[in-house]
Amino acid sequence: MTTLIPCGDFKTGYSADTTIFPTTTSRNMVIVGIVALCLAPLVMDKYPLSLLIQIGYLGIAALGLNILVGFTGQISIGHAAFFGFGAFSSAWLVSNLHVPVFFAIPLAGVMTTAVGMVFGLPAARLKGLYLAIATLAAQVILQDFFARASWFSGGVAGTLTESFSMFGFVFDTDERYFYVVLAYVVVMYVLGTNLMRTRDGRALVAVRDHYLSAEMMGINLTKYRTLSFGIAAFYAGIGGALYAHYLQFVSVEGFTILFSIQFLGMIIIGGLGSIMGSLMGTAFMVLLPESMQWLTDALAGGAIDRALDLRNSLAFLREMAIGAVIILFLIFEPDGLAHRWRQVKAYWKLYPFSH
Amino acid sequence: MNWNLLFQLVVNGIIVGALYGVVAMSFVLIYKASQVVNFAQGEFLLIGAWACWWLLTTYQIPFIWGFLITLAFMMAFGVILQIVVLRPMIGEPVISVIMVTIGLSIFFQAMMKWMFGVFAKPFPPIFETQTVSVLGLQVQSVYLMSLIISVIIMAGFGWFFKFSKMGLAMRATAFDQQVAQSLGISVRTVFALSWAISAMVSAVAGVVVGTVNGVSSALSFFGIKVFPAVILGGLDSIVGAVVGGLIVGLLENVAHFFDSQFLNWGNMYEIAPFYVLIIILMLKPYGLFGTKDIERV
Repeated sequence: MTTLIPCGDFKTGYSADTTIFPTTTSRNMVIVGIVALCLAPLVMDKYPLSLLIQIGYLGIAALGLNILVGFTGQISIGHAAFFGFGAFSSAWLVSNLHVPVFFAIPLAGVMTTAVGMVFGLPAARLKGLYLAIATLAAQVILQDFFARASWFSGGVAGTLTESFSMFGFVFDTDERYFYVVLAYVVVMYVLGTNLMRTRDGRALVAVRDHYLSAEMMGINLTKYRTLSFGIAAFYAGIGGALYAHYLQFVSVEGFTILFSIQFLGMIIIGGLGSIMGSLMGTAFMVLLPESMQWLTDALAGGAIDRALDLRNSLAFLREMAIGAVIILFLIFEPDGLAHRWRQVKAYWKLYPFSH
Repeated sequence: MNWNLLFQLVVNGIIVGALYGVVAMSFVLIYKASQVVNFAQGEFLLIGAWACWWLLTTYQIPFIWGFLITLAFMMAFGVILQIVVLRPMIGEPVISVIMVTIGLSIFFQAMMKWMFGVFAKPFPPIFETQTVSVLGLQVQSVYLMSLIISVIIMAGFGWFFKFSKMGLAMRATAFDQQVAQSLGISVRTVFALSWAISAMVSAVAGVVVGTVNGVSSALSFFGIKVFPAVILGGLDSIVGAVVGGLIVGLLENVAHFFDSQFLNWGNMYEIAPFYVLIIILMLKPYGLFGTKDIERV
């Protein structure tokens, strides 16, 4: 391993091409970053910390969607429903079967995987827009199921659940729960990165790039399409379970199509087919409403505020911003923030001869 | 069995189904001409209905004028949308184009909520008499109007694609863009026009539904209900869209009937079409009238 990538980047083996960290510097930077995040609860206020937790559990679900959409080239407009299913199943496991929360979270992931694979079965025959419509149906059906199945989700009243605990130590405050989410983010992202280095991961990418060629090379299309739905649902389920035990309350109203579209927005903004892009996109999507709130406060009392009545219309302006950001990124920067980040890095590496 | 209720619901299903058919037709029109799956179809209804409502309530103009101005506005809107947003997306993967229209959908939906509020607003009354008697059955005159308008639009589509020069050009473009271009058809104009017509026709449906139920953002759910209809009929078939729309309209009302009489599950009205959608996708993904695409490498 070298500290810098040499000029004329030649790789002589597959193992060199598929390392997680190309240089020791990049590995050390990631370790420093995680250590710095571990110190965050000591120095940060409650509110920014809660935003970081949000980025964490949403980022896990977004990575799942990115594996499905960005790496396998399928599409899902029902991701929020799977996220919700994970949240409800974890709460259900804890309250009805008295499973400890520590085990309930991964088990909720497994349950969501099963549901995801059932709805992924049409994917074996469909592609592109047909699949989009099938997952839209999944969203509507699951949303209806949440409202209807009161034995599972508590119906209209929602479900209360316990907080995460381990060896008698309860992670009930934001400062404590932050470490749980951080641990899950690290584990799930390392798993995701490693998945893409295996035969299965390469098979998923092959299905995306040209499914007929992939089939000719001996890749079982049905298996990998269904599998990618399963993986996406697993990540969504874990994210949802973390969400449930963070708020300790799950309501049936939150998991709408708009939320699904927000997940799509995260991976488009972050970059389709980029692991770290998923996290960047999630951060962008979480911080976008915050920055709009900040902008509204800054403009309060001014002429623009009086003309548009900003305070009361903020909710709609946020939704509009989400839609606008998705459209603008797709037209002007289809490779997302991950691509921008690579360009910034290349600029500094080649400075002052960047062109 | 409550036969009277069932009959009433079937009539209702035909009326709503005809409207689904109209919206599904305008969806299929865009898909056929420019291969774009428009997830913002419901927002066309919404924008059209709100525009007409705004003209009628703010300026107190007669309905027919407000309606015509709305149509002109929607035509311009469709063309501008195609040029500004969809034209840069030509040649991009299907998934990107789908997501652009999803983005448009939530953008306009939020914008309409922002401009006109979240509550349903009633249309000013258009007819003097509220109900008319047809075959001994009391039918609201707006329902009758909506059925008549739907049939007129369908007949208009039929004429347009069979006999008019532009309609033939659009069919040629849908069949093969390069061949159409070599025959002197401007594909750009065809794309823009397909969006314009689709936006106008959807707006008509939006105004009709608005006069019946009042205008609210619930209208955009029509855009989602269109999917069961078009998948049932086949994505690229105009006839299929009409038949699919009627079947979905009937299906949801009959499902509602059986639910209220026997099952008591609740909410079947909204959900039944989506169960059928999944089943159709599993069994016959190209629908009843759609062309099966065969891929060659």
